[in-house]
Amino acid sequence: MFKKILIANRGEIACRIIKACQEMKIKTVAIYSDIDSESPHVMMADESVEIGPANPSESYLNFDKVIGAAKETNSDAIHPGYGFLSENGEFAKFVADSGLIFIGPDPDTIRLMGDKAESKKMMIDAGVPTIPGSDGELSGNIDAIARGIGYPLMVKAAAGGGGKGMRVVSSPDDLESALEAAKNEARNSFGNDTIILEKFLENPRHIEVQILGDNFGNIIHLYERECSIQRRHQKIIEESPSPAINNKIRKMMGDAAIKAARVANYKNAGTVEFLYQNGEFYFLEMNTRLQVEHGVTEMVCGIDIVKWQIKIAYGMNLTLSQKDVKQRGHSIECRIYAEDPSRNFLPTPGIVHKMILPEGPGVRNDVGISEGQEVTSAYDPLLAKLVVWDSDRNSAIDRMDNALSNFVILGLITNQPFLRDIMQNKSFQKCSFSTGFIDEHYATWSYREIPTELMVAALLGSKSSSQEVQKLARDPYSPWSSKGGWRQGT
Amino acid sequence: MNIIHTNHNSSSSESISNRSFNKKIVKELRERITLSSQGGRPEVVTRHQERGKLLARDRIEELIDTDTPFLEFSPLAANGLYGDEVPSAGIVTGIGVVHNREVMIIANDATVKGGTYYPLTVKKHLRAQEVAQENNLPCIYLVDSGGAFLPMQDEVFPDKEHFGRIFYNQAQMSALGISQIAVVMGSCTAGGAYVPAMSDETIIVKEQGTIFLAGPPLVKAATGEEVNSEDLGGADVHTRKSGVADHYALNDSHAIEIARDIISNLNREPKFKLDVSEPEEPQYNPEELYEIIPEDSRQPYDVREVIARLVDGSKFHEFKANYGRTVVCGFAKIMGYPIGIIANNGVLFSESSLKSTHFIEMCCQRKIPLVFLQNIVGFMVGKDYEAGGIAKDGAKMVMAVSNAKVPKFTVIIGGSFGAGNYGMCGRAYQPRQLWMWPNARTSVMGGEQAADVLATIKQDQMAKQGKSLSKSQIKKVRDPILEKYELEGNPYYSTARLWDDGVIDPLDTRMILALGLSTSLNKPIDDSDFGVFRM
Repeated sequence: MFKKILIANRGEIACRIIKACQEMKIKTVAIYSDIDSESPHVMMADESVEIGPANPSESYLNFDKVIGAAKETNSDAIHPGYGFLSENGEFAKFVADSGLIFIGPDPDTIRLMGDKAESKKMMIDAGVPTIPGSDGELSGNIDAIARGIGYPLMVKAAAGGGGKGMRVVSSPDDLESALEAAKNEARNSFGNDTIILEKFLENPRHIEVQILGDNFGNIIHLYERECSIQRRHQKIIEESPSPAINNKIRKMMGDAAIKAARVANYKNAGTVEFLYQNGEFYFLEMNTRLQVEHGVTEMVCGIDIVKWQIKIAYGMNLTLSQKDVKQRGHSIECRIYAEDPSRNFLPTPGIVHKMILPEGPGVRNDVGISEGQEVTSAYDPLLAKLVVWDSDRNSAIDRMDNALSNFVILGLITNQPFLRDIMQNKSFQKCSFSTGFIDEHYATWSYREIPTELMVAALLGSKSSSQEVQKLARDPYSPWSSKGGWRQGT
Repeated sequence: MNIIHTNHNSSSSESISNRSFNKKIVKELRERITLSSQGGRPEVVTRHQERGKLLARDRIEELIDTDTPFLEFSPLAANGLYGDEVPSAGIVTGIGVVHNREVMIIANDATVKGGTYYPLTVKKHLRAQEVAQENNLPCIYLVDSGGAFLPMQDEVFPDKEHFGRIFYNQAQMSALGISQIAVVMGSCTAGGAYVPAMSDETIIVKEQGTIFLAGPPLVKAATGEEVNSEDLGGADVHTRKSGVADHYALNDSHAIEIARDIISNLNREPKFKLDVSEPEEPQYNPEELYEIIPEDSRQPYDVREVIARLVDGSKFHEFKANYGRTVVCGFAKIMGYPIGIIANNGVLFSESSLKSTHFIEMCCQRKIPLVFLQNIVGFMVGKDYEAGGIAKDGAKMVMAVSNAKVPKFTVIIGGSFGAGNYGMCGRAYQPRQLWMWPNARTSVMGGEQAADVLATIKQDQMAKQGKSLSKSQIKKVRDPILEKYELEGNPYYSTARLWDDGVIDPLDTRMILALGLSTSLNKPIDDSDFGVFRM
């Protein structure tokens, strides 16, 4: 087995990967930018290497620095996590060329699947259902192509992902400006402004299938995840199994995912994303990396995906067969972001002064921050992922609602109350939702107003009176005020 | 700061037997306190309440801020004395907060011998006043007392530290700006009349409170005048005619409300500032103290195990760890308050004394309060040590302790024998508070040593006459001494006589020290001047 793995990432996912390595008795190396020097992933790893300033292109995205750190620490392999360099074929190749192992699929697979137009063509050829749209790079009479597909349609970056560089266009008048904006965003986010068009489904669900493949052609799927609850095209709540599909469709989707993976010569963990509407599903894209929401699959299938990634990359056989994989119970994940749902999910950087995590049976916290840490606008504002498991969906919702109510982060605004509102939403509870759920139900949302008196009382933790306030102000830690009606020997 | 490393093992047979021993003696302590807190005989208590009066401890509960601590002193005073008929010496004293301000409360318990003053009642009252004066605490006297206990007048009335001292102290404190407030909730007869009269502000309860130099029987005897108590010295007379009292209260609760108002209108000076940080619980479970404290106080153990379970985060910055190792000195925090700790870890040698002296001087320079954890058999004896000057080195420590002006707190956590008691800030060295654990023992020397010394002297006397002592004769000399030392070294013997401020559950030590530290900051910490250190 590998002796040492460098984790080319930060935040909760780096911590998640380090934990898997620790369990496998593999040493870990964290890399960090100067503002991350005291981040939890740095504290957890056996070794750490500073690789430059906060700007990702000078640190986490810099090939030479990442490889340099791996060489310097004698690492055997690099785990890219998600985001950053995880879906960069050039990087995967660079890792291999440097004599190290990239924990993920082959560079060619990454490159191919990263090209949305190319990959779509490949899926059409393989017989995997896809959304009607432009074939490959847009050229010629774009207006005509668009009319051919039919409005409403989606303008998206060929190299994109994560909702960046995407636009919905409902009439031809808006097409040109949308193309311009999408190109700009694509260029800034991915360094590639190739754009494709496709049919926009009105009320689709986003359902994806987790797959695992080894270096010997064995490929299995770990069933689906329902990821329809999204804001600005980014998932915030995921669950498994999907309450929207029956076993027949489930099987069809799983088979299609394996077919897609096979044609892409897929190795390691990956995800085939589908849009689902009225009994039909369409291949959306393939994510050639570990997904943020992999936890819900792990809970339901009882399989540690990160450990399998490592074993497969090391060259071990996938000893699981499809019939070994069973879905058991129901799991939900909520992503806790430092963002303000009342202001269009604007990031809300700040210092985490206090954090209390919920606990109890079936509650999992994947956390990448610690008390005292500053959450800056330099990186993704994901603070933690709260994952619950219970025997059925309703119980899992109750468990999540309760866990969220016990999830405390003080010092910055988070979307935690918003997530609770969704857990209590009747449509969510009845599984009647699509990717438009949040726009539909929460076009305007505000934090419920808390009376000032109540806030003061809550902050003081006891009877609110001017006397108490005075006491605290004068002597904040006085033993006379902190221990109630203490008496000797009681 | 370093976290103290522990070698404690909760499952060792020693830990298990210590735990059962300590739990037993703490249980006994609780039972004794519960019993003495009940006050006088049940029928007297009932009669008291039927008259619409509150019990002394209930009055205190009403007086202090809701849901706040009360630090009671010497609840076991007079325990085992006066035929065990005067629980708590008939007076309840302690520190509480009124309108968020620390005050000394002194409340007579009229259900105990009519609240009359026995010798130990006087001693307890004077001790409470001393604490008030040392810490700048306003005094609230909840008066309900028949004055001196006449049959023992020779032990109560005439001497310097007797009844008269109460009023002297009131005068002194008033002059220092320490407010004296009296609430007359029962009789204040003869000398007792001076408590309200000497106070800055006085409240009297209608039809309950009376103030007079001589009660109706004495008036009749002296002048033949027949008058009832209310007309002689009731609330009406004193608030309307005589001006002896200032506020007229309808009942106990009303009187207490007025007393609270008085406190809220005192001009409050800011407290002395220490560098207080956010309190932290000890990293190690304080309950393990029960497993660490040995049953036999002579049994050695590492006192750092105790410190680790008293201080914030179990963090301790030790001073001179490798020098004079029989005493442990270092800095820590208790509920956020910075302190210097001096704790015995064996017999005191010259080096340990010098180290302690150095440490005390340092705390005085830095104005950091001192906590002494006393478990001491004494200073080292023998030819070499005497020649090495152990007496002058011990004297340096005593000099430093005596003149240290920082607040000092002493907890006797084990043995307290001989001059070790002095160097480690025993009662005579004016610690702001002195507490004892129920396993503690105090005497001039250990019982065994005392018995040996006396047996040797006897043998020497006999030898001069050409005789010798048989084993059984030696035993006859030794046994009564051992018995006497065992009895008198007992913490309940000590606390009954007010050699300390109370016997406490070791688990309460942290809280008690924190309350004491907070209280001590009502008085600025002065610079310390030391005398001549014999070099």
